[in-house]
Amino acid sequence: MNLNSLDLGPVWLTLQLAAVTVVILITIGTPLAWWLAHSRAKFKVAVEAVVALPLVLPPTVLGFYLLILLGPNGWIGGPVQALTGSPLSFTFSGLVFASTLYSLPFVVQPLQSNFESLGKIPLETAASLGASRWDAFFSVIFPQCRRGYLTATVLGFAHTLGEFGVVLMVGGNIPGKTKVISIEIYDRVEVMEFAQAHILSAGLLAFSFLVLLMVYSFNKKLPVHVS
Amino acid sequence: MTELLKAKFSIEYPDFNFDVDLKIPASGITVVFGPSGSGKTTLLRCLAGLEKSGKMELAEQVWEDENIFIPVNRRAIGMVFQDSRLFPHLKVRDNLVYGYKRTPEGSRRLHLDEIVQVLSLENLLEREVHKLSGGEKQRVALGRALLTSPKLLLMDEPLAALDAKRKAEIIPFIKKVKRDLSIPIIYVTHSMSEVLQLVDTMVILKNGKVVKCGPVEKVFSDLQLRDAIGDENSGAVLDTTVLEHDTEFGITRLDFMGQELSVPLQKIPPGKGLRVHIHSKDVSLATEPPQGLTSVLNILETKVQKIGEKTGYSVDIELDAGRPLLATITRKSLSNLNLQPSQTIYAMIKAIRMVHANENV
Repeated sequence: MNLNSLDLGPVWLTLQLAAVTVVILITIGTPLAWWLAHSRAKFKVAVEAVVALPLVLPPTVLGFYLLILLGPNGWIGGPVQALTGSPLSFTFSGLVFASTLYSLPFVVQPLQSNFESLGKIPLETAASLGASRWDAFFSVIFPQCRRGYLTATVLGFAHTLGEFGVVLMVGGNIPGKTKVISIEIYDRVEVMEFAQAHILSAGLLAFSFLVLLMVYSFNKKLPVHVS
Repeated sequence: MTELLKAKFSIEYPDFNFDVDLKIPASGITVVFGPSGSGKTTLLRCLAGLEKSGKMELAEQVWEDENIFIPVNRRAIGMVFQDSRLFPHLKVRDNLVYGYKRTPEGSRRLHLDEIVQVLSLENLLEREVHKLSGGEKQRVALGRALLTSPKLLLMDEPLAALDAKRKAEIIPFIKKVKRDLSIPIIYVTHSMSEVLQLVDTMVILKNGKVVKCGPVEKVFSDLQLRDAIGDENSGAVLDTTVLEHDTEFGITRLDFMGQELSVPLQKIPPGKGLRVHIHSKDVSLATEPPQGLTSVLNILETKVQKIGEKTGYSVDIELDAGRPLLATITRKSLSNLNLQPSQTIYAMIKAIRMVHANENV
């Protein structure tokens, strides 16, 4: 087995993609989950359904639409190309965009259920003690929702690590730009390099298992705050 | 002139109209009393700024009107709820100073040391919230609210979740807050015993409307309010002053508007105030002071003020003893006595039902 022939590029790229995606997901997932938890708007259920779509859609379907959307003539890719000179499809940014959508439910759902169980009372109590909304969120809501945030971060990260179909459709297979671990594994298998495929697969398996193990044992230790 | 809290709120709910117009002194304890669903909590939420619903001013400062709305986090209010609502991720000390840290330095009138001492929190400061008893939690919640140096303290059934013993522990602290810190308190409850122990001004709510609002002795003995107050509590609340103790007979003598009352021996020094509750069914009437001997110790000279509705077996008579006093007698007796308004009548009080220390008089 020739370990030297193992290219670590896809590994770094994958970690980078997952990290950027999770940061974006937590940032937009927090207000979205808060709104879903507390809004009484009638179209809320529709938004909930849209957020959950990636859970049930084949990744190729999502990837197909994203490819059209992000391409040079797409609603998003078109304007982006006009602005930057290149479309989003087959770029790292395109992958980030696709992964964000693809992993959205894994971040929004744990946060939403945590916000729901906490209720609005802590926010009102903090407000009665002089805290603005932002202040109240960071000093009262967030510390009581650490469990939800940990779950959301880890699931979002791990799920992004393992995506294949969406990436293949939107990102193609460009070394250093869009070639992530899952695609590298596929490539190695295609050319019968089972040793390299083994190393990458086992690595991903072990990593995912360890991360989930950590979450579950942490979650046992973190106190649950239910009002 | 006494400063006032003026409020006019109106909210329409699908099954309930809340429409309240209030003018109460911005001092002492105002008890908001009424059955559940009468809008007590809604009133507190409006005062706090958690609902936007009308007009409000405290001591000539407008907090809310057509153009102004001070949001809850910038109102000088403190809130205490039935469930203490302490933050579980913070220790007692950090809970206490949560609002203090967010109060502008120039507005801080109360400080941690002082509040810790008033509420006896010394031994709790480093505790985790979930290790506190129910009574301790409420004391910490009260302290946390006070440390924002509020101009108005809103308490929503703060004792409802506690047993009688814990209640009795907390009530002196609430009185102390009123006496030592002179913060006006709006206190929501449906417990008559809390009302009697704390109240200065009483607001009675029913179906989202103010039925009656005024000094307790007036509201309490209002014949129209028998429904709202409940038969079992109907009677008069009198504030008296301790004159002297007669240890031989185990009696404390009280001064009430120049007349004398006797109650079982109290541990209150002469000169201090004592609030008594006289049930209307414990008052009988005589047109003359009783001649010869009687076992009744307490006889007050009063005037007939108003005669209640003459339906059924008994009738309520409102008497003027300097303060209103209620008597429930039979219709037969009413006819025998032939009572007329402003006639002098002697009220013989068979029992003084509830006696609560009232240090404020």
